[in-house]
Amino acid sequence: MEADLRLAHLYPKLMNLYGDRGNILCLRRRCQQRGIALTVDELELGDTLDPNAYDLIFMGGAQDREQRRVAEDLLETKAEALHQAVAEGVVLLAVCGGYQLLGRYYRPAAGEELAGVGIFDAWTEHPGADVKRFIGNVVVRWQGGTLVGFENHGGRTYLEPGARPLATVISGFGNNGRDGSEGAMQGENAFGTYLHGSLLPKNPRFADHLIAQALKRRHSEVALSPLDDALEERAHAEAVGLAKKKLGFLRR
Amino acid sequence: MSAVSSLRTAAAVTTAKVTAVVSRRLGFGGGTALPGLVADAVSPGLAIRLAARLGHGSVLITGTNGKTTTARLARNIAQAAGYWPVHNHSGSNLMRGITACLVEATDARGQLTQPDRRLGVFEVDEATLPEAAEALSPRVVAFTNLFRDQLDRYGEVDSVAAVWRQALATLPSSITVVLNADDPSVAGLADACRGPVLFYAVSDASCAVYEIEHAADARWCPACGREYSYSAVFYGHVGHWVCPGCGRARPAADVQAIKVEQSPDHPLRLALSTPSGEIDLSLPLIGLYNAYNALAAVGVGLALGVPADAIRTGAASFTAAFGRQERMTVRGREVQTILAKNPAGLNQVLRAISAEEGTKNLLFLLNDDIADGRDISWIWDVDFEMLAGQATLVLASGRRAADMALRLKYADIGAHPVIEEDTESALEMALALTPEGERLYVVPTYTAMLKVRKLLARWGRRPPFWEED
Repeated sequence: MEADLRLAHLYPKLMNLYGDRGNILCLRRRCQQRGIALTVDELELGDTLDPNAYDLIFMGGAQDREQRRVAEDLLETKAEALHQAVAEGVVLLAVCGGYQLLGRYYRPAAGEELAGVGIFDAWTEHPGADVKRFIGNVVVRWQGGTLVGFENHGGRTYLEPGARPLATVISGFGNNGRDGSEGAMQGENAFGTYLHGSLLPKNPRFADHLIAQALKRRHSEVALSPLDDALEERAHAEAVGLAKKKLGFLRR
Repeated sequence: MSAVSSLRTAAAVTTAKVTAVVSRRLGFGGGTALPGLVADAVSPGLAIRLAARLGHGSVLITGTNGKTTTARLARNIAQAAGYWPVHNHSGSNLMRGITACLVEATDARGQLTQPDRRLGVFEVDEATLPEAAEALSPRVVAFTNLFRDQLDRYGEVDSVAAVWRQALATLPSSITVVLNADDPSVAGLADACRGPVLFYAVSDASCAVYEIEHAADARWCPACGREYSYSAVFYGHVGHWVCPGCGRARPAADVQAIKVEQSPDHPLRLALSTPSGEIDLSLPLIGLYNAYNALAAVGVGLALGVPADAIRTGAASFTAAFGRQERMTVRGREVQTILAKNPAGLNQVLRAISAEEGTKNLLFLLNDDIADGRDISWIWDVDFEMLAGQATLVLASGRRAADMALRLKYADIGAHPVIEEDTESALEMALALTPEGERLYVVPTYTAMLKVRKLLARWGRRPPFWEED
């Protein structure tokens, strides 16, 4: 049987600020190399989301101006379908602004609070334009290994009991710079994170985790053949190395 | 000026001059910024006082890409018109760099030689524009384009535009603002201008591409929120745009490139229509983005009242700035170094390289120092795929060499990119692996370019950049 997977990319034109496209390129390539046919549908403002048509959903980040428009559109055309899809096990990855908008609400530095979709039991507030953004390389601990990326966010995200952290910060800020948590998991199949860089190309283990989970749901069988990840692992290791150097410097 | 403040100016100038010499002797670099910092510490506001002595005032050039090339060309045009420009040619474009360059143009007593001929031609960092506009009281301010660049430093693209608008709103109405009509973000600045505006544009649609690149940043009309529609896209979001919602559209341009010719190994040839008649230019640059730089510089010339003949003469004397397109022969290989520091710029560089004939030898250098931007995610917004299958030799270098190699792997440019973090070793390897007589393209980010330029200058017997004009 030829395996296939169907991915919905939410707002690729609006939510594409920090190389988030690399995540799609990565999923596409890692599927293709294993003979998995991945189709990608791009859903923009006004497009409805069919909760039964996808195995994976991805959403990236954007500037404040775009986020406001997206927040409205999410609630109008996609929120219900997103809840249904996630409840049925569809794998969701939301990065940075996407992560914020899929929480309960986002309270900006100025202006009205944005209601979120509420996939993640979490909320975000921007502490004010004068407060430092969280910007820099991040290394976090995830499932006995590490994830690497770059973060750049003004909003601080706090998790409520329904969500649990995706990872714990080794170097960087993570959700809020206070509690050492990074990202969120809601159930086993919804993932939110501040890591871009892009996230998936340099974290092939996490990319495969998402693919395997989606495959298992759709085809009940998962056997992901190993790929030549020498370059991926090297980029990952070097990002970890840079963080270690920085930590060493700070401790000295 | 009071005796005390003039003494203070002289002291600051002297200290800064000494700093420049010491910085060079110690091998810190060109002394292009440190003297400015020192001078300002000794005498705050030094730049304001020195700039006030420029007989013809100054021209400021800002934007995401093309500042250095535009300013350099504008400088040549001004020279041809008889001005004696003070110009931050090294690309040091924060206030400290501009101060340093003003200091360099003065004698030890803080006097400019021939002040009545002097014109400042300054490229200015995007975020520095408000400060520079206040300190230097410009006559002309020119904008190139607005793209995502160093988001970790500037914040979001929208905040850069907001900073520019505020700066423009404070300028007196006697100032001419030169704007790119084809970049909706830049063209839209006209609303914030209080004085005359001069628009430039490319009207030759034959060099358009028909798909918006991933690096496009202004896709939606800020007035009504609708997505712009394009009859021609030149690069990124630059093209012939119109908002189908509210009808906002590309303004009519005063200076237009009615014909753009680019062919491999031939310079960029432009036929411009201007209020001063037709002007044909030929420049030793590749890539359509340089047509825009030329247009901006010509716009500056016209805003200064430079006659068409002097614009032609000035442009004819143009040579590429260090690390930005210059070609040189090193060890029997032709080496072309092209700076690329953000997605829109790198896309243009790749397009230009791709248009050249034959298979390519490529060295990409990716650094993540502050001047490069700490965040390297942007390489995933670049359409490297356009070079797929075109390269025989691919090397990745710089502090983030492995990240670059991974991006190149995804684009199928070279099956196994060579990774060498160290710039000097990478350049050695690239030269050794490039067959003699062939061309090597070196594409560095900003800080990598400084290193590359230093090495190539040594190996190719070129003067260091701060001695170059």
